[in-house]
Amino acid sequence: MGLKEKLHTFRVKNQDKKWFPVFSGFHTFLFTPNETTHNGTHIKGADDLKRTMNTVVMSLVPCLIFGMFNTGYQHYLALGEIEPVANGFFSAGFWTMDNFLLGLWKVLPLVIVSYGVGLAIEFLFCVIKKHEIEEGYLVTGMLVPLIVPVDLPLWMLAVAVAFGVVIGKEVFGGTGMNILNPALTIRAFLFFAYPTWMSGDKVWVHGAVDTAGTADAISGETVLGFLAQGRTAEMGYSLSDMFLGFIPGSIGETSTLLILLGGLFLVFSKIASWRIMLSAVIGALAMGLIFNGIVDAGWIPEYSKFYALMSFEYWQHLLVGGLAFGIVFMATDPVTGSQTNQGKWIYGFLIGFLSVMIRVFNPGYPEGVFLAILLMNVFAPTIDHYVVRGNIKKRMKRLKTATIYPKPSDEVDALKTETA
Amino acid sequence: MALLSKKDANLILDPLADNNPITIQVLGICSALAITAELKASVVMALSVLFVMGVGNVVISLLRNVIPSKIRIIVQLVVVATLVIVVDQVLKAFAYELSKTLSVFVGLIITNCIIMGRFEAFALGNGLWRSFLDGIGNALGYGVILIIVGFFRELLGSGTLFGIPVLGDPVAKTGLYSIGYENNGFMIIPPAALIVVGIIIWVQRSRNRALIEEA
Repeated sequence: MGLKEKLHTFRVKNQDKKWFPVFSGFHTFLFTPNETTHNGTHIKGADDLKRTMNTVVMSLVPCLIFGMFNTGYQHYLALGEIEPVANGFFSAGFWTMDNFLLGLWKVLPLVIVSYGVGLAIEFLFCVIKKHEIEEGYLVTGMLVPLIVPVDLPLWMLAVAVAFGVVIGKEVFGGTGMNILNPALTIRAFLFFAYPTWMSGDKVWVHGAVDTAGTADAISGETVLGFLAQGRTAEMGYSLSDMFLGFIPGSIGETSTLLILLGGLFLVFSKIASWRIMLSAVIGALAMGLIFNGIVDAGWIPEYSKFYALMSFEYWQHLLVGGLAFGIVFMATDPVTGSQTNQGKWIYGFLIGFLSVMIRVFNPGYPEGVFLAILLMNVFAPTIDHYVVRGNIKKRMKRLKTATIYPKPSDEVDALKTETA
Repeated sequence: MALLSKKDANLILDPLADNNPITIQVLGICSALAITAELKASVVMALSVLFVMGVGNVVISLLRNVIPSKIRIIVQLVVVATLVIVVDQVLKAFAYELSKTLSVFVGLIITNCIIMGRFEAFALGNGLWRSFLDGIGNALGYGVILIIVGFFRELLGSGTLFGIPVLGDPVAKTGLYSIGYENNGFMIIPPAALIVVGIIIWVQRSRNRALIEEA
């Protein structure tokens, strides 16, 4: 008897055990169970929840690896031990073992804590509620370490993950029933609970918090941080730095290039909605254009604290901060986003639009994308409701004005009374 | 409870658990969210409501046969407003700092739905003693939740209880703070109260499934 059969016998024997969901979760993660449906019509699809989730995780891996290198790069750069890269994406000064090892050392614990705590809670709830383990946390667990600053204390991450999974997801009924994106709930919790660890110019580069106030003090301001303080001139990042990701920021969100590739992968594997991505980009550009227009028209004086952010070239908004990452990996969450195609356009557009608006007008939160997505998560069902209502109304109207031509002309009256 | 008959005892005990005004009837949420960032404020608020509810229910019960039903809401408002002004003045005289923390929320006891609810639903149709017990019971039920929420919010948000540091000094880094613990700023803001109340509701209903409403 092979391993697969053995596992199957084991599965059948222990079906009523308390820990069965835990075993089943791991079993179906690795193997296809031997069970088949017996009656009715069915379609066989290879892309069950586990494969879908894994596809998203795969598309995040480049961002994670890049984040590790960037962690080391930003640290050594701030210490003045290495030179800034100048030869594009494959610069040898960036892809060094030193950079990677430091990044691995800092980022891997975040990944482990995120998955460990999150999956433990998920398993616990499955055992209590006696249902199958759902794989919703696979993606969340990968997203979370990518959207936090690198020096975040692990216990804070653990508390936030516990909060996000329980309050953001399990109380609503688990995977597929949540209103808010769990990864963003976790980030929002961290942001409001421990703001000193989630914003400012110290948290984005490893070592900056520990050395603060000493002679070796280093700092790493994000692009948005520079802009929010009106220090545009001091910012030494070129456009290609922003696009390729050689800038300080949350671990996985700096490289717009890799996010773009991940996004294309998700669109072509038909996991994520291109409508949401495209409309969010349009929304962000639209808001950016409006702000640029206000600046060009001279309606806002240069000493205004919003001037630097408002005059920031509209399309460059997409390159900095977490906007691109949020649009590609979080706005497209199929559970919390809009379901109707028309709704997706509205939902995406407003995410982009509001992100840039929050970014500019709220200097306390230089990045607005997580708030914008959470807000639109709440509105997504409303948007869908009105789209569906609109469709019903339109068809009712069509029905009323439609002229029906039945073949035997003498039945017209009978039909009219029937449809009236 | 030899003092009270079983029926009377239930007037006090019911609102404490299975008919709690906050977690079951979901009334009086506004003040529960606003003033529970500190335990002290929660306790004072609970005591104020206890006084207003107890006396108010008695007054309404005494007047119940002479209040014309068309203007009963106005009469109820006059009674509760009078009592609230008394509470407010006492707080201003003897606990000025605290009355500043509670600010407008003492005045807003007037609009606390629990009080109007008990006047309408109970005091208008029951005798003096039973109305008094009902008022005390509901105010206690309200107070218990306020104090639980206040306890967690102050402990996790500021690391203190009644203003006394219990987890160590966050500035000098003693106690828990020496190992890297930090206060949770989220607990200070009102949405946290909503979540704490939500968790209490969740725990209560999963312990007693009969409380879960039909969807």
